[in-house]
Amino acid sequence: MKVSLSWLEAFVPVELELNELTEALTMAGLEVEAATDRYDYLSSVFVGRVAGVKTHPNADRLNICDVELREKTFQVVCGAPNVTEGMLAPLALPGTQLPDGNTLSRGTIRGEVSEGMLCSEAELDLGPDASGIMPLDEDLTIGDNLARALKLADPVLEIDLTPNRPDCLSIIGTAREVAAIQGQKISVEPVHLGESDRQIDRRTSITVDAPEDCPRYTARLIENITVAPSPLWLQNRLISVGLRPINNIVDITNFVLMEYGQPLHAFDFDHLSENRIVVRRADAGEKFTTLDSKERLLSDDMLLICDGEKPVGLAGIMGGLNSEIENSTTRVLIESAYFNPASIRKTAKTLGLNTDASHRFERGIDPETTPLALDRAAQLMLELGGGTLVSGVIDVMGKIPRPATMALTVEETNRLLGTDLECNEIKRLLESIEFQVESTCDETLDVTAPSFRVDIARTVDLIEEVARLTGYNNIPRTYPLVAAETRKPAKDLTERDRIKRIMTGFGYTEAVNYAFMDERAGDLLNLAENDNRRLFVKILNPLTEDQTVMRTSLMPGLLKAMHRNISRQVKRIELFEVGKVFIQKTDQGLPEETEMLGGILSGSASPLPWKVKESPFDFYDMKGVVEGLLNALNINATTYTVLPDDQCRYTRTGHTAQIIHNDATLGIVGELSPDVLKAYDLKESAWTFELNLTLLYSLIPDFSQGGIIPKFPATSRDATIIIDRAVEAGNILDYVQSMGEALVENIAIFDVFIGAPISEGKKSVSFRITYRSLTETLEDEVVNKRHKEITLKVIQQFDAGLPE
Amino acid sequence: MEQIEQIEKQALAELDAAGTADAIDAIRVCYLGRKGVLTSVMRNISQLPKEDRPVAGKKANQVKGILEAALNKALQRLETGAQTIEDRLDVSLPGRANRTGSLHPVSQISQQMCDIFSRLGFDVAEGPEIESDYYNFEALNFPKNHPARDMQDTFFVSDDIVLRTHTSPMQIRIMEKTQPPVRVVVPGKVFRCDSDLTHTPMFHQVEGLFVDQGVSFGDLKGILTAFVHQMFDDKTSLRFRPSFFPFTEPSAEVDILCVMCRGKGCRVCSHTGWIEVLGSGMVHPALYENVNYDPEKYTGFAFGMGVERIAMLKFGIDDIRKFFENDIRFLNQF
Repeated sequence: MKVSLSWLEAFVPVELELNELTEALTMAGLEVEAATDRYDYLSSVFVGRVAGVKTHPNADRLNICDVELREKTFQVVCGAPNVTEGMLAPLALPGTQLPDGNTLSRGTIRGEVSEGMLCSEAELDLGPDASGIMPLDEDLTIGDNLARALKLADPVLEIDLTPNRPDCLSIIGTAREVAAIQGQKISVEPVHLGESDRQIDRRTSITVDAPEDCPRYTARLIENITVAPSPLWLQNRLISVGLRPINNIVDITNFVLMEYGQPLHAFDFDHLSENRIVVRRADAGEKFTTLDSKERLLSDDMLLICDGEKPVGLAGIMGGLNSEIENSTTRVLIESAYFNPASIRKTAKTLGLNTDASHRFERGIDPETTPLALDRAAQLMLELGGGTLVSGVIDVMGKIPRPATMALTVEETNRLLGTDLECNEIKRLLESIEFQVESTCDETLDVTAPSFRVDIARTVDLIEEVARLTGYNNIPRTYPLVAAETRKPAKDLTERDRIKRIMTGFGYTEAVNYAFMDERAGDLLNLAENDNRRLFVKILNPLTEDQTVMRTSLMPGLLKAMHRNISRQVKRIELFEVGKVFIQKTDQGLPEETEMLGGILSGSASPLPWKVKESPFDFYDMKGVVEGLLNALNINATTYTVLPDDQCRYTRTGHTAQIIHNDATLGIVGELSPDVLKAYDLKESAWTFELNLTLLYSLIPDFSQGGIIPKFPATSRDATIIIDRAVEAGNILDYVQSMGEALVENIAIFDVFIGAPISEGKKSVSFRITYRSLTETLEDEVVNKRHKEITLKVIQQFDAGLPE
Repeated sequence: MEQIEQIEKQALAELDAAGTADAIDAIRVCYLGRKGVLTSVMRNISQLPKEDRPVAGKKANQVKGILEAALNKALQRLETGAQTIEDRLDVSLPGRANRTGSLHPVSQISQQMCDIFSRLGFDVAEGPEIESDYYNFEALNFPKNHPARDMQDTFFVSDDIVLRTHTSPMQIRIMEKTQPPVRVVVPGKVFRCDSDLTHTPMFHQVEGLFVDQGVSFGDLKGILTAFVHQMFDDKTSLRFRPSFFPFTEPSAEVDILCVMCRGKGCRVCSHTGWIEVLGSGMVHPALYENVNYDPEKYTGFAFGMGVERIAMLKFGIDDIRKFFENDIRFLNQF
């Protein structure tokens, strides 16, 4: 909402300085976003006196003028025919940004220096005259800033209004707030149209068939009007608040809209069939062409303004092309109505039409202002259009909202605000903004809000007004007493935090990607047709094509992040992300949200080999992260076994493990398949892991039991066996662990060898078993015997051979 | 006598300069060897006048002891310390890398916010990111066909399901499940269909709710002031300004004095000197009605803030989109 200071002053003298006013309005809840002056571009244009005129030596039509500004004289080359010695005219100095967009600079014209420009009205956008320089009144002070000298300066406040204050969507409404701040009342001059009888009833009629959607419809008729451009003062008012002048009739409706906040519509009466108005709901599928020449398809809950046979306006939103005011219009029917806010809002939203009118109607205008604005418009049309008023007004009124009287207690006010206000003070504050207050005792106030405050519905709304007028910053700051009780934090919160910190400890950086993705991700990731990660939650109104669905996997985001880094020459990629994925469920309820942890790895550990060999990352780097993480979380007994080839969708077959804990699959770790990398425009090898955190959290023990730290020494024995290449060596570890041998403390693989002299299709696996007793130092013979037994069992189990 | 002292001084000086085991051994031979300087002095003591002998003998033995100890020490020094250039390290070379990654700046700030409120006695809770219209709007006093819904550009999944536009739905979900006193903060992702220098379609909020008997607007000011003072510094000025949210009444925006220009006016604060950091207000009685709390008995306040916005101020970041590009060089700065 734009408000010019001079327009405000038509209703209340503004006593505050501009910056004080801006601050005071902001602190009253009317946030001033900017204070600008449309004549700011005149800041380097001054009242100059043409002290001398001589002909340009090199151009017959040009003159060289000496222009005085106080002490200094400027030489200006000027081509205007009306320049004469002694006249006052606007002198623009270099640096001035002219309304046509050009910036003035010091120049040389045909060999003569010109230190500025004498301007015409048109060049300064102060009027239409472009025939010569603008002569100024001789009383003006030479050297004065032009905007100040002509009293043009008119700051315009841009106010960001919250939806609860439609009353301030008008100059008068804003003036009320200014008046309250200054401790005054606004003065609005009453309109007297001096009519005697009701001829209007004989000329036209208004029928409201949808009284719920249109609780009040008022109209007046004016004849013999002349459509013409508006006078300059009216044009200026509209321009100052960002509206474009059109003709006097349309401008007046816009002017009154801004002044009173009541949207009006002017119909060409001669275009109204049967010269009457019918307000009704549209038929489903009915079509109507609005003023902007667009045909609109209507539904049966939309409200139409019609004449005797056809629609002529989309109620409260936009008029029709068929009844527009034209230059030949002589009879005008002015509509001033109050429409149901929800009805207008629904129609405007459905049609995607947001106009100055709908903006106000859907927030709620003051139904008491409806006839006042009508009279104000009629008055101006008579004044500026030279018309005659058909006496009488039509006012079809149904049930309009009326403010209720509410009982506000001093106690509840002070309790909610933490203040110590007296009854009289509350009364004074509310009365300052035109609320009616009856106070019978010191405790209760009966308050009635004015009809324009459509936002006041409860006592708490009154308390807000009291707080606002007291000034939020004058309410004392207090600290509540908090009982010393506490709840244990949710496990997922603390564990997520721990997991993130472990990951950063491993050198991984946390990424945060948008929770949307491209619907094509299902194909790019090569997901099976029946994969539930193809059950997308679709967004009906996505911003971009790559944000059409909610992500069902963290992979696309991580791959894109990798791509972005590599394209910026960051080649070592160690990223992880914690976030939800969303799976659409078959019922119409909320989708399933599962929290996932994903990681991506690419590049090599040491790009500048100092002390370590440059070693490109591989599968075991990625797996090591998963193992390290699960160990740190005390999730033991996790097994890793190859993911069956037909289940490898975006990871390489034979290079992907599934992470299993007690028969539950926690996730996978593996190398990304070259196809998928290519689909994401990546050439570099990369590894990834995914863990289902929603599942994982429940497996993390709250605390681990401390065990006995052994006193007696351990001893270890190695063994090497030859098994089928396809057998996973991890099975050997699991098998030995599963024996439950009391003396076996640990088993680890320390070498796997493939190639000669081991025969084809086989591999040798070397493992080391650590033996220890908690009660004694083990004798060699005991250990050797046990080791032999275990090794034999392993050989049997895995059909293994021994090296030659 | 003087000769003995002289020998001691000289031997110790030579030892200090000796850099190899051979040199040390040569010193030993020269002074303490069978034909060594000190050895011959000691041998000659018997020829001194009788009354001088005990003193000289004692002194010579003492020096012998000192020299022997010094010789051993010099040898030990040689064994433990590096002496040759080949044997010395260039300690300026880098250590074997132990890199840590970093938490996303949004995680860091969100965590910091939750920590501050935890210390003030708040619990932390989380909720679904896709919400029903009821929890996201209706129960929060945004009626259907109300312009207040325009305040939040909404992504729709269906007529009744939206990507939550704020973390506020959790106010309702929490109050439905718990009786006062309620003190909770809710961090999480939220979504609005908006994208430019200062808006991304997804961002993070931290929401707060405090409901109990006798909670006042003054308490709201106290708690939020305490928060701002911990989040920024305890000299940060703040102001409370009337605003509008359907689910609070009275509602207040909280501005802090611009951290860049200290209130003088700059680009960051749009030349106002103030930066909006929080929305807040007293819980609207309509919400209590929706969750069956007695509005006569309980009052409370709620607040919400954008994590990215505060992270931008704290870390001096000028473009919100950088948070979601995941440039490792950018992320590792924090």
